[in-house]
Amino acid sequence: MIILVLVLLALVATGGTIVVSTSDPRRQAVTLAVYGVLLSVLFLALAAPDVALSQVAVGSAVVPLMVLLAVRTVRSVTGGKR
Amino acid sequence: MTRTARFVVFGIGTAVLVLLLGSAVFHLPAFGGTSHPYRDSTVTAALQRRAPNVVTSINFDQRGLDTFGEEAILLASVLGAITLLRPGKDETQRQRVPNAGRMLQGTRLAGYVLLPISLILGADVVVHGHLTPGGGFQGGVVLATGLHLSYVAGSYPALRRLRPLRWYEYGEAIGMGGVVALGVAGVLAGAGFLANVLPTGTFGQLVSAGTVPLFSIAIGIEVASGVVVLLAGFLEQDLAIAAKRGSR
Repeated sequence: MIILVLVLLALVATGGTIVVSTSDPRRQAVTLAVYGVLLSVLFLALAAPDVALSQVAVGSAVVPLMVLLAVRTVRSVTGGKR
Repeated sequence: MTRTARFVVFGIGTAVLVLLLGSAVFHLPAFGGTSHPYRDSTVTAALQRRAPNVVTSINFDQRGLDTFGEEAILLASVLGAITLLRPGKDETQRQRVPNAGRMLQGTRLAGYVLLPISLILGADVVVHGHLTPGGGFQGGVVLATGLHLSYVAGSYPALRRLRPLRWYEYGEAIGMGGVVALGVAGVLAGAGFLANVLPTGTFGQLVSAGTVPLFSIAIGIEVASGVVVLLAGFLEQDLAIAAKRGSR
C-alpha cells in the first residue's frame, strides 16, 4: 500500500512538473487533464473516493474545457496566430 | 482601494491565517497514527443518522452550514463570470453558428453512446450520495459535463437544443432556494438552521438518513445548472458572439 502511494505521489509530482513546464496554454489544458486523472487515482488510493470523484469531474473535465474555450476566445478576438 | 490598502488587508489576513494555522498544525495527531478523535465522533454521528457514507453525512448534515456557504460562493462566482462574459457593446449575436468541423466517426459514436450513460451515472451519484461515494456536487458536475458530450458528438446547435439556458438559470435558483427551504424547515421544527429533522429510516435504504438525500438533490440541481450556465457563457462568447471591430 505504501509502495502504491509512493509510486502515485511520484507520478503526480512528475505530472505537475510537466503541466508547469508546458508553455503553450492549449497544450497545458491537455496536460492539466491528464494530471487531474493522476491526482484522482492518488486520492482513491488514499481512501478518499468522494474527493477523487470531484477531482476527476472538475479537474480533468470542466477546468481544461474552460481553459481551452478562454484561450480560443482570446486568440480569435486579438487575431493571434492559430 | 489603493495599492497600499490592498497590501495592508492582505498582510493582516495572511498574518492571522499563518498564526492560527501554524498553532493548529502542531496539535494535529501524527500522520498514519491510530488516534483519530474527529473520525470517532463524526462516524458515530453519521451512523446515528443512518448514513453509511460519512463524508456526505458531514457535508450535508453535520456541517450543512459550510456546504450552504460553499453553494452561495458557487452561485456568486457563476453570476460574476456570466456578467463578465455577457456580450459587450461592440459585439453582436451571430446569425449562423459555425458547425462542427471534420470529426472522426468513432468520436461521434462514443459521444452519442456515452451521453445517456453519463446522464444516468450523474443522477445515480446525486441520489445515492448518502450510501456510496459521491453526492450532489460530484453528480451535478457529471450531469453538466455529460450534457456537453452532445457538443463533442454533434454540434453547437445540437447542444443548444438540448440546453434551454433559461431553464438552467431557473435550476440554479431552485437548487439554492431548496437548500434555504430545508434550512428554514429545520428552524421551524425548532431544531436549528439545516438541522436533520426528518425520520432517518432504515440503514442503507435509498430513502433514509433524513434530510441528507434532499439536501444532496438540491445541491445537485444547483451545481449541474451552475456549471451548464458557466460553460454556456464561455461557449457563447467563443462561438455565437462576433466582435464587430474584431479581425475575424
